[in-house]
Amino acid sequence: MTRYLLRRVWYMLITLFIIATFSFFLMKILPGSPLQAEDKLSEEQKAIILEKYGLNEPIPVQYAKYLGGLVKGDLGVSFKFDNTPVTTILIDRIGPSALLGFQALVVGSILGIILGLLASIFRNSPIDFSSTIIAVIGTSIPSFVFAGLLQYVFAVKLGWFPVALWGTSAHTILPTIALAIHPMATAARFTRTEMVEVLHSNYIITARAKGVSETGIILKHGLRNALIPLITVLGPMAVGLMTGSMVIEQIFAIPGIGEQFVTSVMVNDYPTIMGTTLLFAFGFIVIILIIDLLYGLIDPRIRLAGGK
Amino acid sequence: MSKLLEVKDLKVSFNTYNGEVHAVRGVTFDLNKGETLAIVGESGSGKSVTSNAIMRLLPEPHGFIKEGQILLEGVDLAKKTSKEMQKIRGKDISMVFQDPMSSLNPTMKIGNQIMEGLIKHQNMNKQEARKTALELLTLVGIPRPDVRINQYPHQFSGGMRQRVVVAIALACNPKILIADEPTTALDVTIQAQILELMKSIQQKTDSAIIFITHDLGVVANVADRVAVMYAGKIVEIGTVDDIFYNPKHPYTWGLIGSMPTLDSSDEELFAIPGSPPNMLTPPVGDAFAARNQFALEIDTVMEPPMFKVSDTHYAATWLLHPDAPKIEPPDAVKHRMQGFAQTGTKGGGKQ
Repeated sequence: MTRYLLRRVWYMLITLFIIATFSFFLMKILPGSPLQAEDKLSEEQKAIILEKYGLNEPIPVQYAKYLGGLVKGDLGVSFKFDNTPVTTILIDRIGPSALLGFQALVVGSILGIILGLLASIFRNSPIDFSSTIIAVIGTSIPSFVFAGLLQYVFAVKLGWFPVALWGTSAHTILPTIALAIHPMATAARFTRTEMVEVLHSNYIITARAKGVSETGIILKHGLRNALIPLITVLGPMAVGLMTGSMVIEQIFAIPGIGEQFVTSVMVNDYPTIMGTTLLFAFGFIVIILIIDLLYGLIDPRIRLAGGK
Repeated sequence: MSKLLEVKDLKVSFNTYNGEVHAVRGVTFDLNKGETLAIVGESGSGKSVTSNAIMRLLPEPHGFIKEGQILLEGVDLAKKTSKEMQKIRGKDISMVFQDPMSSLNPTMKIGNQIMEGLIKHQNMNKQEARKTALELLTLVGIPRPDVRINQYPHQFSGGMRQRVVVAIALACNPKILIADEPTTALDVTIQAQILELMKSIQQKTDSAIIFITHDLGVVANVADRVAVMYAGKIVEIGTVDDIFYNPKHPYTWGLIGSMPTLDSSDEELFAIPGSPPNMLTPPVGDAFAARNQFALEIDTVMEPPMFKVSDTHYAATWLLHPDAPKIEPPDAVKHRMQGFAQTGTKGGGKQ
């Protein structure tokens, strides 16, 4: 197990290095420059600014310095927020995004699993059809439409929750719902399909022949076997949710990673863009590792050799 | 011998898009304590449906018991609610399935799968159930049960899994064990082991066994009595010796004649021509008439009743009517009957 983990961590580092390299050179190919109102600056002023941020050096030197900083955990200094290290910006911003993402994931997957379970138990009943309709709506309509609707109904008309901004936990409710709809729809669809299949398998008949109650069959024998493929889709979704949905954070004016990412892309804030990209990548890799470990927990057949 | 199970005029149908499929069309038999009844017949003859109906494991509401009684010690199972059946399944009647590779839950330790029934039906706590599960694993011949009890199905071979399935079925000392082709998916050496296991367990526990199979070789080995099913009906029923030494129904002749034997290399197998009738519209008269080279005119008009051959032996064919022409079984069948006499069936071997 330890050996496996060490090997996985080593692969993770290699992946991060490749992503860092790619994002560095992609930044360099991007048109435009981080300088605002470029034509109003004189040549000397430009040179001073480029000198200050080390942008005048040859690209290989910049790359080497960047990697050197990465090894020390230094993601560079943001161009936009003067002298603020990118790490500080990310740490300040990750909180709201992670909280929202986590809430949305928990709410969405639990509701989705319940919805999918009900649909599979009462197959071809009105419950099943409404669950399918909810799932189709949830997958096909983008989350910002829901966000706008939720703001209009629950904040503007009813006044139950704040329209936007960040602060109390009441502020998190509407964006959480808006974010949770997509994972809920996905979880509902997967749970239903998998449960229907699992409930037709021979070991379910064996369980019935043992006299296991219907509840026991669904929860003890069915759900666990149905969850395996669900984890595969929910994992990557979790990363996207926790590192911030750019659109939702913009709509609700939430000071999260997503909102900040959009701003930094607009002003060509290279270090911040690269830092955020690396953070996304890191989150993704960690989640994939967690999923692989979870598989072993849920499905003994994928348990690693020698990992007892 | 006391009657443990009486199935009376059982009719089972399935509603499909094409209409009602009459899978079982009036099956009557009984099962005594401690005996093994084999139900044989080709695929689609209704043998598995009959056993699933007894267990009330039909895919309701599409599959349903249309008529008839299933009396377990006088109590009609056909009238039980599904809640009541949960208390009977696994406790009074349990079942061993065909495919051991898929009939165990892949994400549950086999110990827990055995203990589940014990905890439910015998009100055992976990420790007691675990102890019993260990005993059961020893009983079914799984080595190192203390290690194996914590393992998952994928860590077992096919034969070992079937032993686990048998252990699950035996957990609560059922009065009746239904084995639905328990050896079909196993290779021959393992088949013999599982059959031996079931026989030895039956002697220890005195359970009655309903053994469903299409393999007459297995039947000769394990059964006390045999019911031959065709097109949702029992066409011949009798002791193993009745069926193997004195078969009366042309379909039984066909089944026996189509068994390959070691010295049959120079003669052709006696194959039954054609295929079973479509059970959406069961034929009028004797369902086997269309494939029966000995069919009489009456077979296409009127269904034969059960004729009594002896106290233990009945067959539904007009050939047994006093007015029918005397017809001898074909030579291939006779030849095999002589072969049985030499090697012996379970009943014959005892004599």
